[in-house]
Amino acid sequence: MKSEYKIITDIIEANTRVLDVGCDNGTLMEFLKKNKNVDIRGIEISKEKVQTCISKGLTVIEGNAELDLKQFPNDSFDYVVLGQTLQAFINPEIVIKELLRVGKKAIVTIPNFGHWKVRISLLIKGTMPVTKTLPNDWYNTPNLHMCTIKDFVSFSKIIDFKIFKSLALINKNVSTINNSNLFFKNLFAELGIFLIEK
Amino acid sequence: MNIKENIKTLIIEKPLKLDCGQTINNFPLAYETYGSLNKNKDNAILVFHALTGDQFVTGLNPITNKDGWWSSVVGPNKSIDTNKYFVICANVIGGCMGSFGPNNENPETKKIYGTDFPVITINDMVNAQANLLDHFGIKKLFSVTGGSMGGMQVLQFVSNFPDKTKTAVPIACTASHSAQNIAFNELGRQAIAADHNWLDGEYTSKNTVPDKGLAVARMAAHITYLSKKGLQEKFGRKLQERDDLKFSFDADFQIESYLRYQGSVFVDRFDANSYLYITRAMDYFDLIKQFNGNLSNAFKNTKAKFFIISFTSDWLYPTQENKDIVIALNAIGADVGFVEIESDKGHDSFLLDVPDFLKALKNFLDKSYTEQ
Repeated sequence: MKSEYKIITDIIEANTRVLDVGCDNGTLMEFLKKNKNVDIRGIEISKEKVQTCISKGLTVIEGNAELDLKQFPNDSFDYVVLGQTLQAFINPEIVIKELLRVGKKAIVTIPNFGHWKVRISLLIKGTMPVTKTLPNDWYNTPNLHMCTIKDFVSFSKIIDFKIFKSLALINKNVSTINNSNLFFKNLFAELGIFLIEK
Repeated sequence: MNIKENIKTLIIEKPLKLDCGQTINNFPLAYETYGSLNKNKDNAILVFHALTGDQFVTGLNPITNKDGWWSSVVGPNKSIDTNKYFVICANVIGGCMGSFGPNNENPETKKIYGTDFPVITINDMVNAQANLLDHFGIKKLFSVTGGSMGGMQVLQFVSNFPDKTKTAVPIACTASHSAQNIAFNELGRQAIAADHNWLDGEYTSKNTVPDKGLAVARMAAHITYLSKKGLQEKFGRKLQERDDLKFSFDADFQIESYLRYQGSVFVDRFDANSYLYITRAMDYFDLIKQFNGNLSNAFKNTKAKFFIISFTSDWLYPTQENKDIVIALNAIGADVGFVEIESDKGHDSFLLDVPDFLKALKNFLDKSYTEQ
């Protein structure tokens, strides 16, 4: 998703250290490297994807974000990016806390389960929603903890972290989320992008 | 066969103070090179060999007439591409392929050193080999790499000479030899010492060889280089050229015959005292202790880019020990990549045709080379 990468790249300041958690095939890392002068590292659980990253000349560590973030000292990165994977972790609370320990700031993007198509799918069809951002069936999805943009905002109060920037991606257009438009953004955004801090 | 004719040797005049306290000078360091050094002298890779390796990395080993120990990795268009890189490898000191070792003559006593040879360490090996850079006029290597004991030398080299290499690829190794590693090495040493031909290490002057003991040492070690699954798949309970058990102590099983063969060919090319000295050097290796319990400090002065590789079925230098190096490097924000390669070939995987390993190594080196 190019627009998502562009938004993340715009948020990140130049000459900083960035860790991409769950960096997949390194597409975001490559995009960031090309468009901004940053020192970027990745961590990825799949051996095959680590190989792809190596073939692109990216510095990637094979590892499990839930277990292997421990090895990084406090504040070792300016930004830690977690793209569309928070919902796949066993314990999202621990992951968020780890992101904010390792990074001074974190950028978390979440596929919005509050999107109207998702809601209609469940309401009308009565089946678990399958959409472009959520392409799997209930029995083979890696997602354990789906949440909505609104849920994530409440989550920030429950486990106590600050949201510095909340952006909504609707049909490749970016807009800011605030208290007064939260209801609508939560209905129309496919993706929520959050810049958070301890 | 004239061994000397086929071995390139550099005489190191500069005194080298060993960890044991002795100082050596004017000692031989045997080496071999592959590919050619470019004009900028920025394409050199120093390869470190493992316990029983030597300087003949690839192609035909002129002494044993067999393929070099890393022929699957080093050569034209291979992972370490000799069309592109200048590969240097030296026989470690303590070895038996032309470098200063226990089968050399002691110039003072005019006798073969045997166990009078000083106990050497991984640190000593690396310090001796660093002289090769001056010899070739190389200010900075493109890479240092090696597996097993070769990987330990990579770690020690970067620690000792933090600005002498751009990249470092330690493979299937550890920063600190474990109790299990030491135990297996001790088993090998005791097998040699138990051979009545060993004669406290003075076998050469008495024209004998402790080949039985050395063969047993090799057999035991060989098992540790393989995985249970690999052994089971290759040999299982298959019988050796017979239809049924013979109710004797002959090699009934193929695995027995295989190990006996491995032991017997090993004694033709390796010196028993060298085996003692090199395994001792491995056992003494503890980079964590050298830096007072903090491995990160070993690497705090280097800007080298690291790539660490381990193998799933390697139980001798398991993934966790390799990962501990990654963790130490991450703790100081070093540039480090890591991958664990799926393979059921055990510790030996780094020597074999394991496509994912070959691919990862090649991609790392080639990408790092174009980016420099």
